[in-house]
Amino acid sequence: MTDNIKATVRAYIAENFIMRGDGSEIAETDSFMEKHLDSTGFLELVTFLEETYGIAVDDEEMLPENLDSLNNVDAYVRRKLAA
Amino acid sequence: MTTNSIGPKVLDIDCAAEVARISEWMVDAVSKLNRRGVIIALSGGVDSSVCGALAVKALGPKKVFGLLLPEHDSSSTSAERGTEVAEQLGIEYRLEHIGPTLEAIGCYRWRDDAIRNVFPDYGAGWKNKIIIAGGARGGVNFFKLVVENPAGERFEKRLPIREYLQIVAATNFKQRIRKTSEYFHADRLNYAVIGTPNRLEYDQGFFVKHGDGSADIKPIAHLYKTQVYALARHLGLPESVCNSTPTTDTYSLSQGQDEFYFALPYQQMDVALWAHNHQVTPADLAPALGLTVEEAAHIYADIEAKRRGTHYLHARPVLPEAVGEIHV
Repeated sequence: MTDNIKATVRAYIAENFIMRGDGSEIAETDSFMEKHLDSTGFLELVTFLEETYGIAVDDEEMLPENLDSLNNVDAYVRRKLAA
Repeated sequence: MTTNSIGPKVLDIDCAAEVARISEWMVDAVSKLNRRGVIIALSGGVDSSVCGALAVKALGPKKVFGLLLPEHDSSSTSAERGTEVAEQLGIEYRLEHIGPTLEAIGCYRWRDDAIRNVFPDYGAGWKNKIIIAGGARGGVNFFKLVVENPAGERFEKRLPIREYLQIVAATNFKQRIRKTSEYFHADRLNYAVIGTPNRLEYDQGFFVKHGDGSADIKPIAHLYKTQVYALARHLGLPESVCNSTPTTDTYSLSQGQDEFYFALPYQQMDVALWAHNHQVTPADLAPALGLTVEEAAHIYADIEAKRRGTHYLHARPVLPEAVGEIHV
């Protein structure tokens, strides 16, 4: 499951926020904040990550460097799972 | 613009001229809407009080109808201050307690069900509020639920998205039921409804769509909160209004607008918004507000995030194509 975190999150954003296509237009470094997610969207993303990967996102971790791109989410989830 | 010149002074206005300008505009606006007067819901806060006073200046007290619309979680001072303002303005007014309507529609039940998902012991005698966190320090905005049991002990947890949305949706009934009542009286009297957002609220989307965001005219949407307070003093409104602290008056625990929504108290938020609108850099804003440059940059980012996040609140219904014959 951890092999394809980026693909999983890309598909989630494509289905729930862009609402069409496969999300291939989302580059790995694209800021979600600038293109696809508002603040409520980030809360939805956090819930998705917690439920999908069984992690708990701490308040102090609600940061763009953890959540605001495919690359950032991938690195963050991997760190959480390894902890 | 030098660093030294940035501060509350940038928000100074000629109150007499502004009152005259808004009054003239309001007469014109109400006339063009083909209404005979205006409805103002008085919360006891500075925004609605100033709007009521401006309406009386523009149209005279006989063409202004006031409503006091408290519910079970309203502060006891809300209706008292609203009554004081209505009496001072010499307008006809009516108090309608909307608590029973909110009970019937399920407002409190939906809210409390969501709260119990987070705090299972929550029940009779407990109080609640939501506070915002994250954005002012450069993080992603999120919300915490704070509850207080009858013994006065407080507990706090981050709100999961579903519970957050359900609590907000339930409490939005309050603003929407108020607006329903305002439009009943507006229809009955053939009046226009006044919306009372100040610039900070309007710009940052601090209103409920089809609730307090719904109105026929919005007389102070261009004025920063600091300027609204200046008008309140100029218009001679009661001291209790001129010195009031902005609250949401929506949750049972006392809740400032800054802890619910804005990153800073309104005095600082006004200056930050003005500075952002006038292309003042974070480095120039920071010393004026006693912030670090990084913190000032976070405030600007938060302003932009809220504009993006609340675009939907301002949006008209979207049509597949324009209907050219209808001009709005």
